Amino acid sequence: MNPDQAPLLRVRDLVVEFSTEVGVARAIDGISFDIYPNETVGLVGESGCGKTVTGLSILGLIPSPPGKIVRGSIELMGKDLTAIPEKELRDIRGGDISMIFQEPMTALNPVFTIGNQMVDVLTQHRNLTRKQAHSVAIEMLDKVGIPAPGQRILEYPHQLSGGMRQRVMIAMALSCGPKLLVADEPTTALDVTTQAQVLEQIRLLQDEFQMAVILVTHDLGVVAETCDRGIVMYCGSIVESAGIEDLFNHPCHPYTEGLLQSIPRLREKPVDRLPIIPGRVPDLFHLPSGCRFADRCSKVTDRCRQEAPVLQQLTGSTAVSCFNPVA
Amino acid sequence: MPLLEVRDLKKYFPVRAGLFRRTKAQLRAVDGVSFRIEKGRTLGLVGESGCGKSTLGRAILRLHEPSSGDILLNGRSIIDVPRSGMMGLRRQMQMIFQDPYSSLSPRRTVAQTIREPLDVHGIGTREERRRQVDRLLDIVSMGPQVRDRYPHEFSGGQRQRIGIARALALNPEFIVADEPVSALDVSVQSQVLNLIADLKRDMGIAFLFISHDLAVIQHVSDDVGVMYLGRLVEFASAQDLYRDPQHPYTKALMAAIPVPEPGRKRTRLVVKGEVPSPIDPPAGCPFHTRCEQVKAVCSVKRPLAVDVGASGRPHLVSCHLYGDGGQ
Repeated sequence: MNPDQAPLLRVRDLVVEFSTEVGVARAIDGISFDIYPNETVGLVGESGCGKTVTGLSILGLIPSPPGKIVRGSIELMGKDLTAIPEKELRDIRGGDISMIFQEPMTALNPVFTIGNQMVDVLTQHRNLTRKQAHSVAIEMLDKVGIPAPGQRILEYPHQLSGGMRQRVMIAMALSCGPKLLVADEPTTALDVTTQAQVLEQIRLLQDEFQMAVILVTHDLGVVAETCDRGIVMYCGSIVESAGIEDLFNHPCHPYTEGLLQSIPRLREKPVDRLPIIPGRVPDLFHLPSGCRFADRCSKVTDRCRQEAPVLQQLTGSTAVSCFNPVA
Repeated sequence: MPLLEVRDLKKYFPVRAGLFRRTKAQLRAVDGVSFRIEKGRTLGLVGESGCGKSTLGRAILRLHEPSSGDILLNGRSIIDVPRSGMMGLRRQMQMIFQDPYSSLSPRRTVAQTIREPLDVHGIGTREERRRQVDRLLDIVSMGPQVRDRYPHEFSGGQRQRIGIARALALNPEFIVADEPVSALDVSVQSQVLNLIADLKRDMGIAFLFISHDLAVIQHVSDDVGVMYLGRLVEFASAQDLYRDPQHPYTKALMAAIPVPEPGRKRTRLVVKGEVPSPIDPPAGCPFHTRCEQVKAVCSVKRPLAVDVGASGRPHLVSCHLYGDGGQ
């Protein structure tokens, strides 16, 4: 992160709600963050913390109804994406911002060849003939490490393995030279050896294409290996945001600390019991007043139960929303 | 006498195609696996998707009929026991499933779910069953107040506890746990892993613990088997296997795990390519197509298990780099 640079993306006080049969669930409750050009930021948290919804809102892909951006702004290079018409948004989506998803099979159309789908994207966003687009598509497939791209481009999604499909998704997402890539759990459905290959590929391509990446994931190991910064979410709020070294070496929010401790990891000497975070994530309809982590926190005080903490900058790169941050 | 002994177990699935659904090929899901589990011990079985680890677990309980080989429980072969006789054997052998959302009936209350094995086997009076259910709920740290609630009211971690209570209902000696924590968030994952460790210690239950996650396997296992394309490629005590992995595949798997320590840029051993199809597995060593240290013999001859451990500490590796094949 280079603070002298203008941020590529500025999210301010974003609130997203979903109306359901049993009431309104506030999936994101007033989050703000910046993404700078060329950096990789990990958006981490457990299921239901709002990390995916955050990613989807940036692309204007919140299903509406039931979802709705209630408040806040998402500015890409100064332009508020929440305020522009759908048509304009469609040009930005797949152009300046791209997204890759966890399960590429659901994002690829099963009845068209890979080439067909890639050519559609390219002719939509770049001023190319179908023939030109075809050769660009082959070039992209080659870049993401797909062997025999000239052959593969004629195949259908079901003919490829999971790892290959994810590479096709990446090729498609990058084919229009996005400035920002939102990658939602891109390797979660893959085996570890394939995951290592795909992460390596994203890293190489990021250097080549000079883009910023938001990596949405539950896997702190993946964040430590690939990201410059990490943003930790819990129940729709950002609890901690820090440079990668600070986040892992000096976690300040008790939740971040607990998460880091409870990951099963390869150890020199196995432990008898894994450290745990007691209790479970509250559901969005029964959020505690005050700090949402209060019921599971070892450092809870009366104040935590009455008043919600806000994100505050500490020394160094860390911002934390906690009254009693871990020293 | 070991509690469970598996001898050269094979499970092939026919691949049918064409107008008359003729068998065109065999999918070799489990291709000659042998091991033993002693009373109260846990064998961790690790491998990537499609390696046959789940099929092996199910074949041992004869939820899949094995194609050949033998399974001995307490010294007695169960491979020829007729279906009707398996019912009695299942009192001793139970299973915990991966997905706590699909493995519990949505129409049964918690008490009905946990009581079902007792009903089926006609164990105890109504009152005794009631007390047994309360006792089981207590073991998995859930209060008796949840008795009359339905699965949808619970989180993933709690559902998995209900599934575990059901598996414990008949006091089994042996439990196959197939990816029991893979669907859970990290903060909850460690709670369930600690619970399984308690069961093993307090009730002396032996586990076959199946997972793709080497760190989880290390935490729960006494012995570890690494599977690749239907075969065990390495087998040793957890301590030896993690301290000194021998098979190139095991080494690659370990190197591929993302570590939650930023800056620790490991010499990443990115394995090339992907797991070949088990319908037409490579001749010789199944891993030779991706192995860094491949030799001429690897594509021709199937490597046999070689014991490379210290005396009394068997450490089996199926690789031509060891034994006669190595120098």
